[in-house]
Amino acid sequence: MTPRRAITSVSVPVLLSGCSDVQSALAPMGPDASRIFTLAGILFAGAAVVMLIVLAALWIAMRGSPDARRGLATDRAVIVGGIAFPTVTLIALLGYGVWVMRANITPVDAAAVQIEVVGEQWWWRVVYRDAEGRRIESANEIRIPVGREVEFRLTSADVIHSFWVPNLAGKLDMFPGRTTTLRLSADRPGVYRGQCAEYCGGAHALMAMEVVAVPEADFAVWLATEAMPAPAPVGETDKRGQTLFLAAGCGACHAIRGTSANGVIGPDLTRVGARRFIAAATLPTSRETLARVIVDGQHIKPGNGMPPFRIFSPGELDALSGYLAGLK
Amino acid sequence: MTKAKAATPSGEFPHKLPRPKDELARLKEVWALPKGWRILSAVNNTVIGYFYIATAFGFFVLAGILALLMRTQLAVPDNDFIGQETYNQIFTMHGTVMMFLFAVPAVEAMGVLLLPQMLGARDLPFPRLGAFAFWAYLVGGSVFFCTLFVGMAPSGGWFMYPPLSGERFSPGVGADFWLLGIGFIEISAIAGAIEIIVGVLRTRAPGMSLDKMPIFAWTMLILAGMIVFAFPAIILATILLELERAFGWPFFIAERGGDALLWQHLFWFFGHPEVYIIFLPAAGMVSMIVPAMTGTTLVGHRLIVVALIATGFFSFGLWVHHMFTTGIPALSLGFFSAASMAVSIPSGIQVFAWIATLAAGRLKLTAASLFVLGFLFVFTLGGLTGVMVAMVPFDWQAHDTYFVVAHFHYVLVGGMVFPLFAAFYYWAPAFSRRPLSERLGKWAFWLIFLGFNVAFFPMHITGLIGMPRRVYTYPAGLGWDTLNLISTFGAFVVAGGVLLILVDLARNLRPTLQDSAGNVWKAGTLEWMENHVYGARSVPHVDSREPLWTHPTMTDDVHEGRYYLPGSVTGARETIVTSPVEGAPQCVMRLSGPGWAHVLAAVFTAAFFLLLTVKLVTAAIVSGVLAVVMILAWMWDSDPASAGTVDIGGGIRLPTYVSGPTHPAWWAMIVLILVAGALYLSYVFAYLYLWTVSPQGWPSADALPDAPGPAAAAGLLVASGLALAAASRVLSRKDRFRGALAALVAFGVITLVAALALDIWTQWRGGLRPEASGYAAMVYANAVLQGQIVAAIVVMAGFMLARLAAGRLDGSRRVVFDNLAILWWYAVGQGLVGLALTHGFPRLVG
Repeated sequence: MTPRRAITSVSVPVLLSGCSDVQSALAPMGPDASRIFTLAGILFAGAAVVMLIVLAALWIAMRGSPDARRGLATDRAVIVGGIAFPTVTLIALLGYGVWVMRANITPVDAAAVQIEVVGEQWWWRVVYRDAEGRRIESANEIRIPVGREVEFRLTSADVIHSFWVPNLAGKLDMFPGRTTTLRLSADRPGVYRGQCAEYCGGAHALMAMEVVAVPEADFAVWLATEAMPAPAPVGETDKRGQTLFLAAGCGACHAIRGTSANGVIGPDLTRVGARRFIAAATLPTSRETLARVIVDGQHIKPGNGMPPFRIFSPGELDALSGYLAGLK
Repeated sequence: MTKAKAATPSGEFPHKLPRPKDELARLKEVWALPKGWRILSAVNNTVIGYFYIATAFGFFVLAGILALLMRTQLAVPDNDFIGQETYNQIFTMHGTVMMFLFAVPAVEAMGVLLLPQMLGARDLPFPRLGAFAFWAYLVGGSVFFCTLFVGMAPSGGWFMYPPLSGERFSPGVGADFWLLGIGFIEISAIAGAIEIIVGVLRTRAPGMSLDKMPIFAWTMLILAGMIVFAFPAIILATILLELERAFGWPFFIAERGGDALLWQHLFWFFGHPEVYIIFLPAAGMVSMIVPAMTGTTLVGHRLIVVALIATGFFSFGLWVHHMFTTGIPALSLGFFSAASMAVSIPSGIQVFAWIATLAAGRLKLTAASLFVLGFLFVFTLGGLTGVMVAMVPFDWQAHDTYFVVAHFHYVLVGGMVFPLFAAFYYWAPAFSRRPLSERLGKWAFWLIFLGFNVAFFPMHITGLIGMPRRVYTYPAGLGWDTLNLISTFGAFVVAGGVLLILVDLARNLRPTLQDSAGNVWKAGTLEWMENHVYGARSVPHVDSREPLWTHPTMTDDVHEGRYYLPGSVTGARETIVTSPVEGAPQCVMRLSGPGWAHVLAAVFTAAFFLLLTVKLVTAAIVSGVLAVVMILAWMWDSDPASAGTVDIGGGIRLPTYVSGPTHPAWWAMIVLILVAGALYLSYVFAYLYLWTVSPQGWPSADALPDAPGPAAAAGLLVASGLALAAASRVLSRKDRFRGALAALVAFGVITLVAALALDIWTQWRGGLRPEASGYAAMVYANAVLQGQIVAAIVVMAGFMLARLAAGRLDGSRRVVFDNLAILWWYAVGQGLVGLALTHGFPRLVG
C-alpha cells in the first residue's frame, strides 16, 4: 500500500461521517458568508437571465421572422443591447455590491475576540490572548465562540498564504511583513473546514484547518483550560513518552508548556491530543497517526520541515505517540 | 462585357495591359524562397507565419497534454498518479506555456501571416525582425518546455509570486528558467508587436484609410499597442526578481525593506491586459468570419472599433481585481470593481454587433461558423462569471478556487481558442491547396464544445463548495469527487476533438504559395486574392472595407498586374509605404531578403539567456557577443542607398529613400522608445510604491551623497546631449566633416557612460550597497535600467561609426544615425529623470 492510499483508508470514513458541505460557500453558517451567499444567488439569477436574452437574440437573428431580424440588424439594437442594457444592470449591481461590502468596512468592534493566525509552510500557528494579554498558542484548529465577532489578525512567517473558511466568510491573504484583518462570526455551533487558498508551494494542497464554533460559555472554559500548562503524564508509558520526547530533542522545534520543550519552529503540542486532526487537518488525531507523522512525515506531507525520526523502537514509538495523544 | 472600373479615384487602372513579358518572372525571382532545408533562412511573412502558427499550435497541444495529466491526477481523491512536486511543475508549466508560448505567439502569428495579405502589402516592413522574433521564440520556448523532462521546470505557479519564487523558498534553477526564459520570450513578443504596429500603420494599400481598414487589422494594432505598454511591467518585474535571486537585492523581501505585493502590482499590470491581448485579435477574427459567412457587411463597424479601443484602454485599469483578497483598502476595491464591470460593455457591443450581423445576412453553417457560435456561447458565459468575480464580496469567496478556473477557461478558451479554430477552418483555403474537411471540422467542434462544457461548467460549483486552485490532491468526502471525475471526462472529450483537428490538418492542409483553394467563402477582403510568395501580383487601390465585393473583378485585375507596382522597380523586394491615417502612398521601401544572420542571432540570444540560467557565465557571454555580432551583420545590409524615384503606376512617382518620420524605421524606433519609457515608468512606480510601503527605509537628506556628485553626473548627461545635437548638425551640413562627426559621437557616448559610472560610484562611495535594503536595491536598479540603454547606444554608435567609415552613412543616407539619435535623446532624458528621482526624491520627502 502506498503512503497516499494509506491516508485514504484513514481519512475517508472520518470525513464521510460529517456532511459534505463542511467547506462550502454554499452552506453559509455566519452573517458574512450569508451576505455573500445572497449576493451569489442574485448574480447567478441575473447571469442566467442575461444568458437567455443573448441566446434568444442569437436564435432570432438566425431563425426569427424577417421583421424581427430586420429589427436586430441595426446599430440601434447594438446600442441598446450592448451599451444601454449592460450599463443599467451593472450600475445597479455595483451599488448592491458596495452595500454588501460596507459590513466589512465598519470600524472594529472593541468586544471582538482577537485571534492571531500565522501561515507557515504548510500549517497554521494560532495565538489567543487571555485577559492579561498573555499568549496562548495552538495550531491548525481554531476555537471560536458562537455569535461573537471574531477578529483574525493574519500574517505569514514565510510565503503568501490565504485564510479561507468558506462557511463563515470570504478569504483574506496572509503576507510576510504585513498584518491583514478579517472579521467574521458563526451563527451556530459546528466544525467548519478551511484551507489555504493561495498557492504556497510544495504541500499547499495539504494545508487545511478546522474552525470549531462552540457556545460562548464553553469557549471561555475551553480557553481557560488551553491557557494552562500541559497535563502531567500519568502512568509509566506516558511518563516514558515524555522522557523520550524531551530526550530526542523534539523540544527544539515543538513546545509543550509546562515542560522544558519550548521550541517555536513547529506547531505547539501542549494540547495536541485534544485537536481533532494533526498535520494541518490532514490526519485524524490518534496514536497511530501521531506515530506515522514522527516516523514518516515526509510521505504524508512531502517537503515539510520535520525530518523523519526512525530512532525509536516500536515500544518507544508507542509510548511517545501515546503521551502526545494524551495531551488534552 | 463593359470595361471594368478600377478602384482608383479616377476609375482608371494604374497600368495598362499587357504587361512586359519578363516582369512577372523578375518579381518571382526577387521574392523566390530558398530551396530545400535553406527554407529556414526565409523571411517571407507567409513562410514565417506558417512556422509561427505551427509552433504555437504545437505548444498548445503540449500544454494540453499537461492539462490531461492534471485532470487524470484529480479524477479521484487522494490519487497518487502524479506526485506533489511534479504536479506543481506541471500546473506551472501549463499556465506559463498556454499564456506565453501559445496564446500570445499564436495571435501574433496570425497577424504575421494575415496582415500583409489583408492590407495589400508585399510583406511586413521588417521581415528579418519578424523572423528573428519567431526563431528566438522557437528556440527559447522549446528549451524552456524541455526543463519539465529533467525535473528542472519552475513550480511557483505561472504568476510566480514572491517570496515563494525567491531564492529562499525556490532555491533551484526552475524559477530562473521562468524569469530568463519568459523574459526573453516577452522580448520576442515586443519585437513582433513593433513589426505589427509599423506594418498596420505604414504598409497598407493605397487608399486604405483607417476607416476602411479591416477589423482584424484594428485588433492587431491595438493588441500590439497593448503589448508595448503592458509587457514592460512584467519585464521590469522579472528583472527585479532575477536581481534579487542572483545577487540578493531585496525588492520583495519584507524583512529587508522590500514588499511581496510589489510583484503582484507589476505582474497584474501586465497580466490583465494580457487577457485582452489574447482576446482582441480573436474577436477581430470573428469580425472577419461573420460577414463572410453571412454574406453581409459587419453591422456597427464603427461601434466595434470604438469598443476595441475602449477595451484596450480600460484593460489597464483593472489589474487590482486580481488582488481583491490582499486586504487593500475598500475605496480602491470599489474603483477597480467598477472598472472591471465597465470593461464588459465593449464586449457587449461586440457580441450584439455580431448578432446583428447574423440577423442582417444568412449564416452558412460551416465548421468555422459553428466555432464562432460556440465562441459566442462560451465567451458570453465567461463574461457573465467575470462580472460576478468583479463583485468584490463574491470574489472573496470565489478567488483562487475552481470557480475562477472555470471562469477564465470560459473566457480564454471561449474567447481565443474557439475563434482560432474558426480561423483555421476559415482561412485554410487561402493558404492551402485544399480547404480543411467540413465533416471532420464539425465533428471536432461538437466534441470540443460539449467536452469543454462538461469539463469546465461543473468547476463553477466545485469551487464554490470549497475546492481551491493549484492543489495536487484533495481528500474524499468534501463533495468534490463526482464533479472532478466529470471534469476529467470532459477534458478527454476535448482532447478527442483536438485530435480530430490534427487529423484534419494532416490530411488536408497542403501549404502552398501558388495554387491555393482560394476564395471559397466569397469573402470581401484582400487576403482572399491570390497569395503568392510576393503577396499579390499588383497592389490594388482600396476604396471600401470589402474591396472584393465592391469590385468583383479586382482579383483578376490585380493578378493581371493592372494595379500599382506589378513588378519589382528597384530589382529588390519592396513594398509601398503609405501614410498612417489616409493611406496615401509615400515611398517604396526595399525589404531585406533571406539570410542566416538573423537566425543565428536568435539562436545565440536564446543561448545567452539559457546559459545564464544554468550559470555557465563564460559560455553565456560568448553567446551574447556572438548574438550582437550576428545582429550587426544582419543590419549591415539594411538601409540601402537611394535608388532615385520610381513609378508605381497611375502617374505616382515615389522616392526609394526617405528619412525622418516618413521612414518606417523611425516609427519602429519611436515604438521602441515607448517600450523603454513604459519600462522606466514601471520602475518609477515600483520605487514610489516601495516608498509608500516602507518610508522608514528611505534615508534622510544628510545621509545621501553630497549634491556635487549627482550634479556632475547631470552635467555629463547634458554634455552628451550637446555633443549629439552638434553631431546631428554636422551630419546635416556636409560630408567632409566626417572626422568631426566621429569625434562628437565618440565624445557623447563616453560622457553618457561616464555619467552612469559617476552616479554608481557616488552611491557606492556613500556606503550604499544594493543588498542592504529595498531602498538601496531600487537605487541600483535605476543604474541597471540606465545601463542597458547605454549599452545599446554604445553598440549602435560603434555600428554607426563603422558605417560612416565604410561610406554607408552621409547627410542624406542617415536613418542609422537618426535612429541612434532617438534612443540617445531618450537615454539623456531617462538619465536626468533617474538622477532627480534617486537624489531629489529622498530630499523632497526626507
